[in-house]
Amino acid sequence: MKLTHLLTSAALALGLASAAVAQDKTKVGFIYVGPIGDGGWTYEHDKGRLAVEAHFGDAVETVYQESVPEGADAERAITQMALQGADLIFTTSFGFMEPTLAVAEKFPDVKFEHATGYKTLPNVSTYSARFYEGRAVQGHIAGKMTKSNIVGYIASYPIPEVIRGINSAYIHAKKVNPDVEFKIIWAYTWFDPAKEADAATALIEQGADVILQHTDSTAPQAAAEKAGNVVTFGQASDMSEYAPFPRVSSIIDNWAPYYIARTQAVMDGTWESTQTWDGIGPGMVGIGEISDAVPAEVKEEALALKAAMADGSYHPFSGPLNKQDGSVWLAEGAVADDGTLLGMDFYVEGLTGEIPN
Amino acid sequence: MLKLEKRPQPSRLWTWVTPILAVVITMLAGGALFAALGQDPVEAISTIFWQPLFGEFAFYYRPQLLIKGAPLVLIAIGLSLGFRAGIWNIGAEGQYIVGALAGAGVGLAFYPTESWVIFPLMVLAGAIGGWVWGTIPALLKLKFGTNEILVSLMLVYVAEQLLAAMALGLMKNPEGRGFPGSRNFRQYESAHNAELITGTGMHWGVVAAMIAVILAYVLLSRHILGYHIRLAGQAPKAARFAGVRSARLILFCLGTSGALAGLAGMFEVSGPAGQVSIDFNVGYGFTAIIVAFLGRLHPLGILLAGTLLALTYIGGELAQSNMGLPAAAIQLFQGMLLFFLLAVDVLTNFRVRLSRPEVA
Repeated sequence: MKLTHLLTSAALALGLASAAVAQDKTKVGFIYVGPIGDGGWTYEHDKGRLAVEAHFGDAVETVYQESVPEGADAERAITQMALQGADLIFTTSFGFMEPTLAVAEKFPDVKFEHATGYKTLPNVSTYSARFYEGRAVQGHIAGKMTKSNIVGYIASYPIPEVIRGINSAYIHAKKVNPDVEFKIIWAYTWFDPAKEADAATALIEQGADVILQHTDSTAPQAAAEKAGNVVTFGQASDMSEYAPFPRVSSIIDNWAPYYIARTQAVMDGTWESTQTWDGIGPGMVGIGEISDAVPAEVKEEALALKAAMADGSYHPFSGPLNKQDGSVWLAEGAVADDGTLLGMDFYVEGLTGEIPN
Repeated sequence: MLKLEKRPQPSRLWTWVTPILAVVITMLAGGALFAALGQDPVEAISTIFWQPLFGEFAFYYRPQLLIKGAPLVLIAIGLSLGFRAGIWNIGAEGQYIVGALAGAGVGLAFYPTESWVIFPLMVLAGAIGGWVWGTIPALLKLKFGTNEILVSLMLVYVAEQLLAAMALGLMKNPEGRGFPGSRNFRQYESAHNAELITGTGMHWGVVAAMIAVILAYVLLSRHILGYHIRLAGQAPKAARFAGVRSARLILFCLGTSGALAGLAGMFEVSGPAGQVSIDFNVGYGFTAIIVAFLGRLHPLGILLAGTLLALTYIGGELAQSNMGLPAAAIQLFQGMLLFFLLAVDVLTNFRVRLSRPEVA
C-alpha cells in the first residue's frame, strides 16, 4: 500500500514536471456545466474565455470541457486539465466545489477558481456576482410594468443565490407598486427548455403579465412572445433576440474582466487565494439595454437605481425590512451584511408561500 | 444481387464477431464525423482509444476506467438477466438513485459515530433500496398487468424528484450554509467507500462488479434458475410446459436487477461521487442498457463492453479538452456504437448470398 502510494505520487510529480517544461504559454482551463450554446450561463462563461484569448493572444492557450456532470466526472475532468499542464482552471458551477477542492489538494502548483462556492484553499479562489443588484432593477421595472399586479417568477433551486434574487426583485417591485404579488414556481433545473416553457405558461395562465426567470434558456421568452402581452427579462445573457418585446431588459453576467485579471495575476506570479463578490460597480453584473417598450420615465428611474448601486450609495437590502414572519430583519438605516446574504434562507415580508425544503 | 437468407440458427461465430465489427465501423464512421468537424480523424480516434490506456497520463486514466466501468457492469449484469427472460427493466437509473439514497441515508443517520458495521449496513440498505424500487413494477405487472417498461421508466422520474427533495431537505448538510447536497462521505471514514489500494481506482464497487460477473456466469450456465431464465426468453410456451413459474421469474429478475443497480448507486455515492447532490445521477442506468446488449447479455461480454464504454467516456473527455471536440460529437460517437451493433446483428441471424436473377 505504501509502495503504490509512493509510486503514484512520483508519477504524478513526474507528469507535472514534464507538463510544466513542455510549454511556456499560460494555459487556462474552463470546466462548464452546460453546453456552450445554451445561450445563458455557460455561454457567458465561454465569452469570458474567448475574451481571455483575444486579450492575451499568443501568450495564452485556453482549453475547455462542456456539459461536465457534477460529481465524480467533474473530478476527472479537472484532474485531466491539471495533468495536461493547465496553470489556471476555472470551474464554473456550484456543484464543482468538492471536486475542485479534491483536485486542488493534489496539484498545489495549479491555481483554481471556483464560481459561486464558499470553500477556499491556498490555491483555490472563489468568485461570484451580486446578481441581486440586477434583480433590484428588474423588480423596479416589473412593478411599474405589471397591469395585473401579478409577477411570475421561475426559480431554479431553493438556494441562497436564488432566494436573494426573489427577495431583491420583490422589495423593489413592492416599493413602486404596493399591490404587486409574486407567484413563484420552482423548476428544479438550471436549464431545461421544456420545463421552463411549462412554468412560464402556467404563470401566464395564473394572470402573470411579467415573468422573471432564474433559469438559463430562452424558452420562457418564447412562451411570453406567444402569449403576446407578457413582459420578460433576459437571464445570464442578453437574450436580445426577444427585444424590444417581450424582453425589455436583462441581467448579463460579464466574466471577461475577472478572467483577464486573474490570468494576468498568474502570469505575473501575483495570484493569491481570494473571495470575490462583485456587482454592477466593477462590471461583473451588466444591465442589458432597456427597450422602448418601457416608458421613458421608468427607464430613467431604473438607470438611476443602477447608478446608485454602482457607486455604492444604495444597497438593495437596506432597512427597514422585515422577514416573512413579520420579525424585524433590518432596522431603519441598517444594511444587510454579506454573511447573511450568502446564506439567505428566508423570504422578506409580503412574499407568500414557503421556500421548499 | 445481394440476398439475405435466414439462418436456421443464429451463427455462433457471428455472435462474437459482430460486436468487434460494430466497434470497427464506429471508428470509421466516427473518424469521418471528426474529419467533417475539421479535426484529424486518426488523432481523434487514437485520443479516445489509445491515450487513456497507453498515453502519457495512463497511470491516472487506467484506474478511472475501473471507477467509470464498475457501475456500468454491475447494473448491466442485473439487466441482462431480465433481458434474457424477456423482462424489460428500463428504469435502472431510478433504482440506482434510490439505492444511493438508502445507503447514504443509513450512513448519514450514524454520523458522526465511527464503527466498522456502518459500511456493511449501508451496502445492505443500498441493495434493499434498489430492490424495492425494482420490485414495484414487478408487483404492478403481476397484480394489474401493467407494462414493466413504462412503469420502471416512469419511476426514474419519481426517483429524480425524490433525490432533489433529499438533497435540498432531509439529507442537506447542516453545515452547508443552506446550499443543497449532503455531507461529504470522504470526511466520514466509517461510511467512505475509499480506494482499497491507493492509486488503483479499486473500490468496493469494483469488487462487487467482479463478484456479480462470476455469480451471473454460474447462475446462467450451471443453475436451474438460469436455465429457466433462458428458456422463458427463447421459448415462452415451452417454459410454461416445463413448469417455469413466470411470476417468480418476474419478481426475481426485476428485484435482482434493482438490487444490483441500487448497490452501484450506493458505492458511487459513498465513494467517487462522495455526496448526495441534486444531479447525482449521470445516466449510468441508461448506458448500462447499451452495455448489456453490446456484451451480448453474457457476463463476460458485459465485462468487456463495460470497459469499452468506460474507455469511450474517458477518451471522449480527453478528445474534448485536448482537441476541442464538442461534447455532442462524443455522444454521437457513443450512440453510433449501439446503432451499428444493431445494424450488423443482421449477420448473426441472416446469411448474405450472392444470387443471379433467374430468367423466368
